Amino acid sequence: MPAPTQRRLIFAHIDEPGYTNDLPCYLKHGGYEVMKRSFARPPAELMDEVKKSGLRGRGGAGFPCGVKWSLVDRKSGKPIYLIVNADESEPGTFKDRYIMHQDPHQLIEGTIISCFANNVKQAYIYIRGEMPHGARILEKAIAEARAANLVGPNILGSTYSCEIYVHRGAGAYICGEETGLIESLEGKRANPRIKPPYFPAVLGLYQCPTIVNNVETLCHVKHIVDMGGEAYTRIGTPNNTGTRIFCVSGHVQRPGYYEFEAGKITMGQLLNEVCGGPLPGRTFKAVIPGGSSAKILRFGERFKGKRKVGADMVDYDWGVEDVPMDFDSLGMIGTMGGSGGVIVMDDTVNMVEALANINAFYSHESCGQCTPCREGSLWMKKITTRMVHGTARAEDAALLKSVADQIPGRTICAFGEACSWPTQSFIAKFGDEFKGYPEAKKIAKPEGANELV
Amino acid sequence: MNLKPETFKQIDEVITHYPVKRSATLPLLHLIQEDAGWISTEAIEWIAQKLELQPINVYEVVTFYPMFRQKPIGRRHIKVCRTLSCALTGGYKVCDQFQKEFSCHTGEVSPDGEVTIEFVECLASCGTGPVVMIDDDLHEKVDCAKATALSEQIKSAAKRRPNA
Repeated sequence: MPAPTQRRLIFAHIDEPGYTNDLPCYLKHGGYEVMKRSFARPPAELMDEVKKSGLRGRGGAGFPCGVKWSLVDRKSGKPIYLIVNADESEPGTFKDRYIMHQDPHQLIEGTIISCFANNVKQAYIYIRGEMPHGARILEKAIAEARAANLVGPNILGSTYSCEIYVHRGAGAYICGEETGLIESLEGKRANPRIKPPYFPAVLGLYQCPTIVNNVETLCHVKHIVDMGGEAYTRIGTPNNTGTRIFCVSGHVQRPGYYEFEAGKITMGQLLNEVCGGPLPGRTFKAVIPGGSSAKILRFGERFKGKRKVGADMVDYDWGVEDVPMDFDSLGMIGTMGGSGGVIVMDDTVNMVEALANINAFYSHESCGQCTPCREGSLWMKKITTRMVHGTARAEDAALLKSVADQIPGRTICAFGEACSWPTQSFIAKFGDEFKGYPEAKKIAKPEGANELV
Repeated sequence: MNLKPETFKQIDEVITHYPVKRSATLPLLHLIQEDAGWISTEAIEWIAQKLELQPINVYEVVTFYPMFRQKPIGRRHIKVCRTLSCALTGGYKVCDQFQKEFSCHTGEVSPDGEVTIEFVECLASCGTGPVVMIDDDLHEKVDCAKATALSEQIKSAAKRRPNA
């Protein structure tokens, strides 16, 4: 079956010739009209549209946005904050960068609508430190919007006021975790908070109720309010509504960002047709479907089971290429859709070396609060690096697995899972390659293979 | 603190963005590092006083975040992405090439004081790897030839600088 065509909702104007990131261009394309219309509606109705839309968070967890909003403590009498999570730190993910650089007003409009719906008077955009231009573009866009009375006091002459400030991170991956981000925004080390009791919806920024949403999620809100939650559910598939942006990187002919209706495209269509297949003379070996912490898939493995289609249960028997790229299907086969970062590896890649690269990342980024994560991530790095640069032993696979198995479920935040899933899944899927590595490393690497650690 | 008047103005402005002064810790560190090039003990103590904190509250932040540095670096800052997607497309070779071009290792200041090269974690532009940031600018699809060309640009700009 040929791949469907792209459905560009969020990326409608990305890379469009002549489209600039300033306010006049945005207004010319109908900008802030949805916001104007939404101000004439009761906030509860807007929240209801988002709930009906089934929108799932685009940052990684896929948690329903409407549910997240409904958990906010609105009786405390404390101000409610909204934080835009623009930390985009999961390796393999690079979608929010383009929204912020090329279409910042789309994010600002989505943010103000979301703030209005939730009675938020103060929003912060937490952007990663490595995007200094992005931060300046957002600051300029907010200043333009403020000058046009679209942000700030008494927006468009109404009684509603909302301010947005940009806050820059400083190179720590853990700031993408929402409670770590909140600590960082409070001016501290980004050590994630324990839940309960520190659910952001109740005790978030300055111990006030706080909503933390990803950049892309907030852009979707604008489109949901525009077309209505009901209409939005007709894009994509049931329970995986709307569009998804896939960020494809690594060993394909045409890496890049592609937006499709959720669940309407398979991994094989995405990689072979949209991205042009493997590099000349190579074959696909493995793919990580949702950012580097998602469990790896091995080309050639098969997934069997029963799944719900409408009201019926039907059998499925999929290869990696057959898997629809949505949260639920990827979850069913033991991995996740995560942040949409698809990292492709071909037959030149040695899996021990690829894992050593990932482990070096996670050991560098552990905040160090919880012993299993701080020590475990470092040990996994040390073992895999030694295998590559020092002595490799056949029993290292079992040792790695024993370290990885002792981390998840024993840490304050999901970093414990994020750092152990790569090791667990690489060994489960490529166990022979790990056992055979002491012999394999004596042989010359295939032509075109790159050093990975 | 010896900073540009403009920096002091920005510092006073950014503090007003937050209901709690401590939140301005990261913004102040960024502003001072952009002005002075690095974060000195004096800067840590100054920020602490400005935000009504103890110096340790600022110091622990400086040591946690990779972007803050406690010693000067070269005039230009080259950051090569080390993480998976860039490594798969040749990031390690690119990092080696920059080190050869400037005769120094990562983390050091080059002998001519011109650059510091760092091998950093993900820069969030995985689709155009290998990527390199030189000061604030992102360079995409950097292979060894492009690394050499970028190095040449830095070297010739250095020669044009007055008092070079």
